[in-house]
Amino acid sequence: MANHSTQPALSRFDEELKSISNDLLPRPFGRKGKIWTWLLLIITAIGIFFYIQQLKDGLIVTALRDYTPWGIYISNFVFFVAISLVGSLISAILKLTGASWRTPMTRISEIIAVAAIIFAAITITIDMGRPDRFLNLFFHGRMQSPIIWDVIVITTYLILSLLFLYIPMIPDLAYMRDNFKNVPKWQQKLYRKLAINWKNSPGQKDRMKQIILILSVMIIPVAFGIHTVTSWLFAATLRPGWDSTNFGPYFISGAFVVGAGGVIVAMYVFWKYLDMKKYFTDAHFDKMGKLLVLLSLVYFYFNINEYFIPAYKLKGIDSAHLQELFVGSYAWLFWSTQLIGMIIPIIVLLFKKGRKPFPMFIMSLFVIVGAWTKRFLIVVPTLNHPYIPIQRVPEEWLHYIPTIPEWFITIGTLTGALLIITLFVRLFPVVPIVETAEEHVSHEEEDK
Amino acid sequence: MSQNNNEENNGRRKFIEKGLLAGALSAATLATACFKQDGVEETGEKVKLLSPDGEIVEIDSGYVKPIPDDMIAYSNNIRQGIPGRKFVMVIDLSRCKNLRKCHDACEKIHFLPPDKEWLKVLKMQDNEGASPYWQPTNCFHCDRPPCVKVCPVNATFKRTDGVVFIDTERCIGCRFCMVACPYGARSFNWNEPNIPEEIYTQHHHSPESIIPRIGTVSKCDFCPDMARKGELPHCVTACPNGVYYFGDENEDAVTNGSETLKLSELLTDRAAYRYMEELGLEPRVYYLPPVNRLFPFEDDEYSKNYGTLINPAE
Repeated sequence: MANHSTQPALSRFDEELKSISNDLLPRPFGRKGKIWTWLLLIITAIGIFFYIQQLKDGLIVTALRDYTPWGIYISNFVFFVAISLVGSLISAILKLTGASWRTPMTRISEIIAVAAIIFAAITITIDMGRPDRFLNLFFHGRMQSPIIWDVIVITTYLILSLLFLYIPMIPDLAYMRDNFKNVPKWQQKLYRKLAINWKNSPGQKDRMKQIILILSVMIIPVAFGIHTVTSWLFAATLRPGWDSTNFGPYFISGAFVVGAGGVIVAMYVFWKYLDMKKYFTDAHFDKMGKLLVLLSLVYFYFNINEYFIPAYKLKGIDSAHLQELFVGSYAWLFWSTQLIGMIIPIIVLLFKKGRKPFPMFIMSLFVIVGAWTKRFLIVVPTLNHPYIPIQRVPEEWLHYIPTIPEWFITIGTLTGALLIITLFVRLFPVVPIVETAEEHVSHEEEDK
Repeated sequence: MSQNNNEENNGRRKFIEKGLLAGALSAATLATACFKQDGVEETGEKVKLLSPDGEIVEIDSGYVKPIPDDMIAYSNNIRQGIPGRKFVMVIDLSRCKNLRKCHDACEKIHFLPPDKEWLKVLKMQDNEGASPYWQPTNCFHCDRPPCVKVCPVNATFKRTDGVVFIDTERCIGCRFCMVACPYGARSFNWNEPNIPEEIYTQHHHSPESIIPRIGTVSKCDFCPDMARKGELPHCVTACPNGVYYFGDENEDAVTNGSETLKLSELLTDRAAYRYMEELGLEPRVYYLPPVNRLFPFEDDEYSKNYGTLINPAE
């Protein structure tokens, strides 16, 4: 009897599932997609080539020297950690606050998180002088060192993010196992294995709901943890410009900004090139735009704390550092970073017209580029101001300009992360199929 | 108690065993030395030696290699430090003339290239009104070392004798210690250091000296290999003006080679200070202020801040 009454809704659900799966199932790339993938492959391969050179000759191939022992590898690492925080923002924070419009963005944000955190780990290994001794971190690890805290918390976050990517995807994998027959054997096998015998039974659904809820709660402190600990790599030292109690929240607020920017760029690309205009509507862009403004304003607030108050006091060594940033040799980079990465996006996105897909895309690119250069500005200029004057060193030691191998290795890590995302898009649905269908049906019922 | 005794006995037994092993090893070295080797000049002088088989053999003294005099350092853990010692350095700024002999000796003995300095002589000026002075600056071997705190693998560590040491066989090259040191005392081996192969392989080079290796951090080590032999660090002996005093806080004595002074009296009488005490790192290097100087300050064109030349003397 009860079964009979739910019958029409079920068939409506199946219908909906069928119609949206036509749009959302992964498809072979067209010409543009193929060019994009090859481009990424080639650039990553060049990066690997230069890394092999670095392995042979040592870090001498970089522009790093004793007075700038950390450079773009480290700032790139911080960038990756930062952008990975978006996974927790969209999947967990927006879920717990009941923002249901987030559904089409959840999987994008999780794959960005996973790709970024994998490359954060790779980048930090690239920066090591002796990668052959990597295992010493486990044989001789010491809990006093913030690096060990980072290793622990990043590994935890990677595992949680992988679970957060995978578990909500199981119903889609099962759907593809049952309905997605015109793909190669290995791909079918992949879906079958990954679907771990999912039958959409009520018991399974309940369990999954619980797991996702637990993950959502767990991932938030871990996400805050990864970036706070990463900020402590700097804040735990006595260096001017890093010796700040503001660093944890400052880093986290900045991380959410670049993460939201990353999701918007991905949304735009799928919206435009994968025919997903039905799933990423203007309303989605509008909401993401508002979110980005809010996050940028919080970030702006922390920037004021970070720069205005030390500049007001002008304590000896801080003053040399800040002068270098505000009016010295880093001034052009500093001000253009603040403008492009923060001020201009805030102003543009405050207007309704600015929250249309294309301007949003441009603003998000600004945010991402600004976020990358900002991390450079956090890492490098500080190092040029030790408490002991720098004398009798070659001129080039004082102006860190990354070398060509360094640039290619860094760009290679960025394209490598994009490659992971691209591969994922090729094999898995970027917008959750089953969840979207369920939402559509339940919305229809509400309307009735 | 008895267990303690047992442990002590065990420790002693181990020590004796190690000693025997070391003895056997050196005997073996001698034995191999008995065979004719290329590139050895015979001296004509014969010496009598006991072979491992218990026979007395007579060979030319040219074949005899000195037994490593710091075998003890091998059998002791270099991480522990020299028992009962607490090394300290006092640098008298009123005597420094920027001769840079200390620097050159340090560079030579540690095989450092010109762009690597474990010891810098810096031009300092406390304020515009004050006269500039020369400040020899090495690693301060802080008692609260920020570099040791941040090392993820215990490759840099504080020894009981006060020395902050680096195990370049364990260092992973993350350079966290370099950014944690607010004094910039540490330098990194960005490429293969230009060190003779024998240094890595030969026993007579003490393991108690930081040996630069590619991809790792190195710095001034307070020459504990010299202290082990009862000798002064190379910078101290190289200085003709007696700028450096080196000694032991436990003995309350420091010496610059020609005069030995009571540390506590020297520090009080001469108003000694430590560089940037306010950072709270408790350096083991004290400075005596540059007052009543032996030499007038003579500027050096290479020492302006952000200078452009490396060690012009070389």
